[in-house]
Amino acid sequence: MGWTRPFELVGRGFLRVLDEAGELLLLLVQTALWLIRPPFRFRVLFKQMEFVGVKSINVVILTGAFTGGVFALQSYHGFSLFGAESLVGSTVALALTRELGPVLTSLMVTGRAGSAMAAELGTMRVTEQIDALYVMAVNPVQYLVLPRIVASIFMLPLLTIIADFVGIVGGYVVGVGLLGINSGIFIAKIVEYVEFSDISMGLIKASFFGLIMALVGCYKGFYTTGGAAGVGRSTTQAVVLASVMILGFDYVLTAIMF
Amino acid sequence: MDDYIIQLIDVHKSFGAQRVLRGLNLNIPRGRTTVIIGGSGSGKSVMLKHMIGLIRPDQGQVLVDGQNLTVMNDRQLNQVRTRFGMLFQDAALFDSMNVLDNVSFPLSEHTKKPAAEIHQVVAEKLRLVGLPGVEAKMPNELSGGMRKRVGLARAIALEPEIILFDEPTTGLDPLMSDAINRLIMGTQAELGVTSVVISHDIEGAYKIAHNVAMLYQGRIIAQGSPDQIQANPDEVVQQFIHGRAEGPIEVI
Ligand SMILES: Nc1ncnc2c1ncn2[C@@H]1O[C@H](COP(=O)(O)OP(=O)(O)OP(=O)(O)O)[C@@H](O)[C@H]1O
Ligand SMILES: [Mg+2]
Repeated sequence: MGWTRPFELVGRGFLRVLDEAGELLLLLVQTALWLIRPPFRFRVLFKQMEFVGVKSINVVILTGAFTGGVFALQSYHGFSLFGAESLVGSTVALALTRELGPVLTSLMVTGRAGSAMAAELGTMRVTEQIDALYVMAVNPVQYLVLPRIVASIFMLPLLTIIADFVGIVGGYVVGVGLLGINSGIFIAKIVEYVEFSDISMGLIKASFFGLIMALVGCYKGFYTTGGAAGVGRSTTQAVVLASVMILGFDYVLTAIMF
Repeated sequence: MDDYIIQLIDVHKSFGAQRVLRGLNLNIPRGRTTVIIGGSGSGKSVMLKHMIGLIRPDQGQVLVDGQNLTVMNDRQLNQVRTRFGMLFQDAALFDSMNVLDNVSFPLSEHTKKPAAEIHQVVAEKLRLVGLPGVEAKMPNELSGGMRKRVGLARAIALEPEIILFDEPTTGLDPLMSDAINRLIMGTQAELGVTSVVISHDIEGAYKIAHNVAMLYQGRIIAQGSPDQIQANPDEVVQQFIHGRAEGPIEVI
């Protein structure tokens, strides 16, 4: 009997992953169906946009600025080995718009807003507030999940634009201000090498990551069981799963788009 | 006489290995107040949630006006649910909204009343539950008993045909309990509402009930008018309504 054990474990793990993927997909389909059915709750949507978007601006600015600065510093050390300091600006800009802007923004916002979604919906679940919605003939997927997902899909690209811009400014400050790269060249190389598609593809990735973050956060919260401890578990799981999925899908999307 | 608005027919429900409802049959007469009594953890709340389709039975039927809830889709269920109001055992207020938004929630969802009128209705309902002027408070600023009464105001806000009350008077002082009991009787008498009330307050139950049903070991073991229940020869019923620790029901 003993030799089948590892297979069982792997099999069971695999089934759990499939199970979870299926449920996530189901929630996504339900949400999509509600997208086209009234009532449309603009007030709830705007509140979520404010929560996901406006309230994340500070953390995104901070992340963007330091990332851009550090990246300029690192690439300057590399490029100066063969006298290519002039490429620091475009390297920073390409890395930010294509990769670091969307990914880091999404990860930071997942930590802030995705976790809060799981915690809020989880608390509503264990205190029967979700049941109360059902009782009052209001569908909780439509009332709670849909606005969070739509808001995230819209707001993450906007936050990413901020991160891209602030990051490049951060790179400029370090590259031009501290390391003495010529300002004109720094900017000229950015204009020369960064294409519109670099930016737009990055933004498309960001809205996809927004979808992942909100879907996972809502899913984990919505199916919470087990009181306060359960809410804590859902919140942690939401952040971990969403982050892993963002990184995984980042690879897939990059491979497809660029 | 056989005018039943809700019927539970051979309802079974288990959570894992725990068999909570085991072939429960119960008819709720229209326009009357039915009080459900039974031990803590015996499945009263679970039964109540079956009546509004929050929990689906493993086996059996739940009929509202003859329509089977267990086979309905979301849209049909919502239609039925608009006829109900429900007070949850722990009130289940939306903790991100103040009292005004909580009580007005069903009104703004299901009526086209202008805001001013809704505010008036909310003020009126809050007055009925003895909490005038608390509109601006958040649920976490209220005591347990106050939360329960706000939940009550929310449950009756739309003046539904059927109201399910999960322990409306638990945690209230005797005077407030009496006031809430009067409120339940009043809404029943004035509007002909059907009420299903879970209660641990036997004396209060006799007062408000037309019909008392006792849940024990997953079934309704006795049902009838307060007088009939008091005269019921079943030892389990007698032990329970007289609150004795000794008898066929094992307490600890
Ligand atoms: N969602 C659930 N998952 C697992 N078990 C549950 C669930 N809901 C209720 N139970 C179990 O079902 C039993 C009946 O619970 P219920 O809440 O209906 O009791 P009750 O009669 O309302 O008790 P009380 O008078 O204390 O409120 C309990 O033993 C409880 O553990
Ligand atoms: Mg209960």
